Amino acid sequence: MRRSILLLVVLSIFPLAMQAADNLFYVSFASRVMIYAIAATSLNLALGYGGMISFGHAAFVGTGAYVGAICIAEGVTSAWIAWPAATAAAALAAWLIGAVSLRTRGVYFIMITLAFAQMMFYLVNSMKAYGGDEGLTLPQRASDLGNEVVFYYVVLAFLLGSIYCLKRLTESRFGRVIVAIRENEARAEAIGLPVFRYQLACFVIAGAVAGLAGALLASHGKYVNPNVLHWSQSGTLMIMVILGGVGRLWGGALGAAVLLGLEHLIADYPLAWLEALAPNYQQHAGLGVGAVLLAIVLFAPQGIAGLLAGKKNAAA
Amino acid sequence: MLRLEGLSKRFGGVVATDGVSLEVAQGEVHALIGPNGAGKTTLIGQISGSLPPDSGSIFFLERDITRASLHERVRTGLARSYQITSIFRRFSVLDNLALAVQARSGSSFSFWRPVAEEKDLFEQACSILEEIGLSEKKDQTASTLAHGEQRALEVGLALATRPRLVLLDEPMAGMGPEESRRMIALIERIRSSVTVLLVEHDMDAVFRLADRISVLVAGRIVATERPEQIRSNEEVRRAYLGDEMQGDEVAA
Repeated sequence: MRRSILLLVVLSIFPLAMQAADNLFYVSFASRVMIYAIAATSLNLALGYGGMISFGHAAFVGTGAYVGAICIAEGVTSAWIAWPAATAAAALAAWLIGAVSLRTRGVYFIMITLAFAQMMFYLVNSMKAYGGDEGLTLPQRASDLGNEVVFYYVVLAFLLGSIYCLKRLTESRFGRVIVAIRENEARAEAIGLPVFRYQLACFVIAGAVAGLAGALLASHGKYVNPNVLHWSQSGTLMIMVILGGVGRLWGGALGAAVLLGLEHLIADYPLAWLEALAPNYQQHAGLGVGAVLLAIVLFAPQGIAGLLAGKKNAAA
Repeated sequence: MLRLEGLSKRFGGVVATDGVSLEVAQGEVHALIGPNGAGKTTLIGQISGSLPPDSGSIFFLERDITRASLHERVRTGLARSYQITSIFRRFSVLDNLALAVQARSGSSFSFWRPVAEEKDLFEQACSILEEIGLSEKKDQTASTLAHGEQRALEVGLALATRPRLVLLDEPMAGMGPEESRRMIALIERIRSSVTVLLVEHDMDAVFRLADRISVLVAGRIVATERPEQIRSNEEVRRAYLGDEMQGDEVAA
C-alpha cells in the first residue's frame, strides 16, 4: 500500500520535474511506456488470470490503433468519439476471434489466435486508402492533446484506471470464476458454470482495453503502421507479462516499464567495455532483453511483481 | 426422478454402454456396481453430460435432458463428484465451496462488487463445510488436505450446488478403512435431503448404504434389485460377483 502511494506521487510529479528540466523527451517516453503498460495489463487479464494464452493480442491493439487513427484522419478528432470507437471495435474483434478460438485448447488456441492476428496484419497492409504498408500519418492527436504533459496525465489516468478496474474485477464474482476456470476448467463446468461464456467475456474485456491502448498509441505517435499488428508485437506483450508477473495486478505495467526501459538503455547509452567486446551490440537489444527474460523465468517465475511482493502471496 | 432409456455409446468398435435403461427413484440411494470395464464411467459421463450418448434418452424430473450441457444439468439439480479428485487445488477449502455456492446463486457476471462482501455465500459454504466435516480446515489450501479430506471436499463441491440428485463416482476410491467409515457416515447424513446414485467398488459400503443396486455387466444392466435380492441373484453371481459373494465382507 505504502509503495503504491509512493509510486503514485512519483508518477504525478515526474512530468512537472521533467518540464522544469526542459526534458520533454522523457515525458513522451513515459507516456509510451504507460500505454504499453495498459496493453500488457489487458493481456495479463486474459493470459494471467484467465489462463488463455493468446498469441494474437496485437490484433486488438492494432484494431484500436487503426480505428482511432482513421477517425482522426477522417476528421473526427474528438477523443470522446475516436477512443470509445476504437475500444468498441477492438471489443467486437475480440468477440469474433474469441468466439471461434475459445472452442480450442492448448497449442491450438495459441496458434489460432496467432493466425487471426496475422490475417488482420495482412488486411491492414492492403488497406491502400489508409496508407497500406507505409502506415498512416495523422495531422494531430485526438482532441488536440499535443501538450506532452497533458497527454501524459491523460495516459496516467487511463493506466491507473485500468489497474484499479483489474483489481476490482479479480476480486469480484466474475474474477473468481475466471481464475477458477484457469485452475480447473472441467470442475468449473461441473459446478454449473458456463465456462465458454465467462472466458469469452474475459477475452472481450481484455481486447477492448487493448484497443483503448492502441488508440492512445496512435494519438501519441500521430502515426500508425501495420507493424502494430505484427506477431512480434503480440510476443512483446507476452514477454512484458511474463517479465512483470503472470496473474499479478502490476505484472503488465512492471513488465512494460522494464522491457521498454531496458531497450532504451541498451540503445541510447553505449557501454564502452561492451562495445569493445561486441561491436554493434546496440543493434541487438533483443539479446540483452532475452538474457533478462531467461533470468526471470529461471529464478523468478512469479515475475518482477512476485519478487517485489516477496514470497508472502502466490498468484491469486 | 432420473430415467435412462436405451442409452448407448460406442468408442470405435467397443460398445461401452449397450442400451442401458434405469430408473432412480426420489429419495433413494441407488448403487451402480459392475466389474472393471463394464461401462460405469461412460454411463456416469452420459448422465452428467460430459459424454453425448449415441442413442437413447435421459429424463430428469420428467424433463428430457439428453442434449443439455453439463452446466445446464447442474442448474436443474443434477451434480456429480469425480472418481479422480477434481477440486480447485490452489483455492482455500472455504473458497472452493463458496465458488460452488456462487455458481448456483445468481449470475456471476458481476464485475465490481468484491465477493468477500457477500456474507451469505460464505455462510452457506460454512454450513457445507460442517456437513462434510472440514470446518477446522476452512482456511487451508485445498491441495494440502489429506487424501480423505480432499475426497470429502470433492463431494462437498457437488453438494454445494444444492442438487436434487448427486452422482458419486467412487467416493471411497483410495481410502483407508477409517476414511471410508467417515465417507459412509457423510452419505448417511445427506441421504435424507438428496437422492444419490452411487458408483462404488467397496461392496461393504454399497450393501450398507444402498436401497437398490443395479448391476452393469458389459454395458448392460443385468439386474436392479434390493441388496438382499442381489446377493442371491444367480445371474449377478455368475456374471460378476462370483465366489466373492460367499462372504459378507466383500471387497472388489
